[in-house]
Amino acid sequence: MAVVASETPFHVLAVDDSLPDRKLIERLLKTSSFQVTTVDSGSKALQFLGIHDDDASTVSVHAHQLDVAVNLIITDYCMPGMTGYDLLKKIKESSSLRDIPVVIMSSENIPSRINRCLEEGADEFFLKPVRLSDMSKLKPHILKSRCREHYQQEQQHQQSDSNSNDCSSPTNKSSSSDSSRKRKAEDNEEILPQKNRPRHS
Amino acid sequence: MAAAALREQLNALLSSMFASGLVDDQFQQLQMLQEDGGTPGFVAEVVTLFCDDADRIISELAALLEQPIVDFDKVDAYVHQLKGSSASVGAQKVKFTCMQFRQLCQDKNRDGCIMALAVVRNEFYDLRNKFQTMLQLEQQIQAQQ
Repeated sequence: MAVVASETPFHVLAVDDSLPDRKLIERLLKTSSFQVTTVDSGSKALQFLGIHDDDASTVSVHAHQLDVAVNLIITDYCMPGMTGYDLLKKIKESSSLRDIPVVIMSSENIPSRINRCLEEGADEFFLKPVRLSDMSKLKPHILKSRCREHYQQEQQHQQSDSNSNDCSSPTNKSSSSDSSRKRKAEDNEEILPQKNRPRHS
Repeated sequence: MAAAALREQLNALLSSMFASGLVDDQFQQLQMLQEDGGTPGFVAEVVTLFCDDADRIISELAALLEQPIVDFDKVDAYVHQLKGSSASVGAQKVKFTCMQFRQLCQDKNRDGCIMALAVVRNEFYDLRNKFQTMLQLEQQIQAQQ
């Protein structure tokens, strides 16, 4: 049965053009037991994630092939050049990155902006200045996307296995193994328990 | 001077900074983060980064407002940056003066903006002085231990 690895800290990529803000978000994340990488622009974020601006949709680099997996991306909205919204769009357009949860931060409380980001697939919107209590909202999004990813992988395995079984003559053996696979998929559908409750919430 | 007396001075300084509205609850968040994270230099680091950043932005603003034709969008973008970073460190008075400044940008009021910049500069210098005193006292206290 799948168990979410709880020993390795989750890795967050933080994007903000303001240096004091970068320091702050780094400390907030580290205090909440995340491993952190900070970059000062959307294009540097994409570079780090292993995709290039121009061919985001065609590059087939899988997230797991990165040197270090990224479990969540938190980005400022207002940045020169590529905004947080532009970055969000690029991430969602990428087949390898679209499952990584994205959180947007902004110092301005503009409902249309917030809705636009959420509609584009952002998982959360934080009003700046970000607080320690906001950090506890991050882990659920990471776990949720991991569950989803694992379930999708299980579905794929199930389909490829059942295809190969169709070729052989139907026996009791194959049907029972089908049902055991189904049961296994259902197990993985359950929400995995959060093993690490954050110290600060 | 004895550590206890230094500590009293530091506490009095911090109290007055909070009481006068120079800094707000966000600054307290930074102090708590420093304690929680066991990272003694954190507040000093963020405060220093903020001051360098603010200095840079104020210079850029002065240059922009000296132009024969003022690019108010650029001015507004810089003021927005300064407002954001001052909010992040809890520099309340600087933040409020930035908010007023932005209004004048949107009104494309050149004279108003020049005055607003003077106000922001004064508030920032006052805050920077207090931060510097705070950091000096902290260092002196550390040296005693």
